[in-house]
Amino acid sequence: MLGIQDVVYRYRDGTTVTLPDWHAETGDHWALLGPSGSGKSTLLNILGGLLRPASGQVIIDGQQLNALDERALDRFRGRHIGIVFQTLHLVDALNVRNNLLLARYFAGLPQDRDQVDGVLDALGIGDLARRTPNQLSQGQAQRVALARAVINEPSVILADEPTSALDEANCRQVMGLLGNQARACGATLVVATHDPRVRDYMDHTLELEATG
Amino acid sequence: MNLFRLSLAYLRRNALSAVLNLLLLALGIATITVLLLFSHQMEQRLSRDASGIDMVVGAQGSPMQLILSSVFHIDAPTGNIPLEDARWVQEHPLVADTIPLALGDSYRGFRIVGSEHSYIGHYGGTLADGALWEDDMEAVLGARVAERTGLGVGDTFVGVHGITAEGTVGGEVHDDHPYTITGVLEPTGSVADRLIHVSVPSVWQVHDHDHETGHEHDRDAADDQGADEHGHDQEHDHAHGDEDRELTALLVQYQSPLAAVTLPRAVNNRGQLQAAAPAYQTARLMQLMGVGMDTLRAFGWILVAAAGLGVFIGLYNALKYRRYDLALMRALGASRGRLVSHVLIEATLLALLGALLGLALGHVAAEIIGQTFRQTQQLNITGTVFLVQELWLVALAVGVGIMAALIPAIQAYRTDIAEILGRGR
Repeated sequence: MLGIQDVVYRYRDGTTVTLPDWHAETGDHWALLGPSGSGKSTLLNILGGLLRPASGQVIIDGQQLNALDERALDRFRGRHIGIVFQTLHLVDALNVRNNLLLARYFAGLPQDRDQVDGVLDALGIGDLARRTPNQLSQGQAQRVALARAVINEPSVILADEPTSALDEANCRQVMGLLGNQARACGATLVVATHDPRVRDYMDHTLELEATG
Repeated sequence: MNLFRLSLAYLRRNALSAVLNLLLLALGIATITVLLLFSHQMEQRLSRDASGIDMVVGAQGSPMQLILSSVFHIDAPTGNIPLEDARWVQEHPLVADTIPLALGDSYRGFRIVGSEHSYIGHYGGTLADGALWEDDMEAVLGARVAERTGLGVGDTFVGVHGITAEGTVGGEVHDDHPYTITGVLEPTGSVADRLIHVSVPSVWQVHDHDHETGHEHDRDAADDQGADEHGHDQEHDHAHGDEDRELTALLVQYQSPLAAVTLPRAVNNRGQLQAAAPAYQTARLMQLMGVGMDTLRAFGWILVAAAGLGVFIGLYNALKYRRYDLALMRALGASRGRLVSHVLIEATLLALLGALLGLALGHVAAEIIGQTFRQTQQLNITGTVFLVQELWLVALAVGVGIMAALIPAIQAYRTDIAEILGRGR
């Protein structure tokens, strides 16, 4: 279960955005659609606990995020939320396997190499475990980023524009992987995008309007 | 995966700059280590050699030279004193004990010291082999002399006139007066190790003979060494009654601390005599050398500071690119504290490695220098001694590393995750 209520976010320049009340059942797949400036990235960041709203409530898995202090929020994020960033953000200094183990480590979870290799295998990149990110193609890197998002079996997977630069075939593949992985860990999937194609792969859509 | 391995991975990735900073730091620490080892050992040796000697009486000249020549056996003697004057000092009521020294000859760079058994006893010398000399022309070798020359009990050798650095250069060989070795001493860690101990009359006898056969080498030797080691020249034609005998110096122990007030003045007022206090001269010596030491030490610290700056610049620049990584780590559940630790661990690791490498380099360098130069050999300086101050050095280096990492760490602490992650690279 995840939801927001009466959430207002204040940007640094003082302008505010009011987000619509919304909630998703566990296991639902949602597309968050809207033009840039509509606040969908902001919503995604708030859901991920990366931004704190000025007011309102954010609830994930029955936990009110605003009730958590900085440390507890970091911990909660590590354990319960998997994020696939638009620009992937893999750690270049570490190989693929260690990138995944890093996610386990920072979440305070036991580091099991077999589990990591299992996830990599499931995404068809088991043979890349010892490569470093700059030895990967864009598609491979995206799979690694996805693997990292699901390695802790989160209850929520957030993806930011995962298909923006992809052709039809790759878009289908990525959305297929996202959906499958989310189903595999029983996680709620939220994809923020301006790409209308994404709608076809998701059960639900939340349209955000440009607030100007 | 843990913070330590993570930091190590980043160091590996920037291996070149990491290694350069490491070397810079290591060189600085090594410089300071060498100085530390040198000044400590030098002070230790000097105070060991001078311990128990309250005053040295010798011929007039530089008091520093008198101490250097008769206590540490480094410099040439200032001259000789008449036995009669020496007797006067020995019988003075403020004097508790004296040890006579007669210098003049050497063997392969090691000084032959005419003295009494009490001289060996003064430095706690015990026999490793054989017995102490009992008769004239018998010799006991210090441990280092035996080691270097390969001589042992029963062997004979002839002294060379003069106390030259290289042993045989410039001096006349007393080949008609060979010494027989009766004993070898255990190492004492003092000047006694590098001396050849004989009786005072042995030294007289060697030179008596020279006078009788009319050799005039004394003057030559003196010219070669730039110092007049013998008073013999002036008394060539004298008959050698006891009253004409001479000593080079007298090591004096006071009867009471009060003697320090009056005795030196009394000695100095007596014609050709000069009194010098080893403690004072040693302190002066360390003070004189201290200037050079301080300069070098400052240089070492400049290297350490430069290394600290290098670590800072390296981390600061690296962190500009690593802001994404740091923000990502936050997103993955790392707390701010974790990120700060991560950055600090990286700098500390570098500083620690640099410091340990520096210590190792310093000890190796000290050992090499100690073995290479005659002066350091004489002071018996080695790199195999470890000092408590070295731990401080490591702590200081780590402190420099942490200081260098402080600003980058604060930046890591303040990382604005959403903004950085949203921006992309």
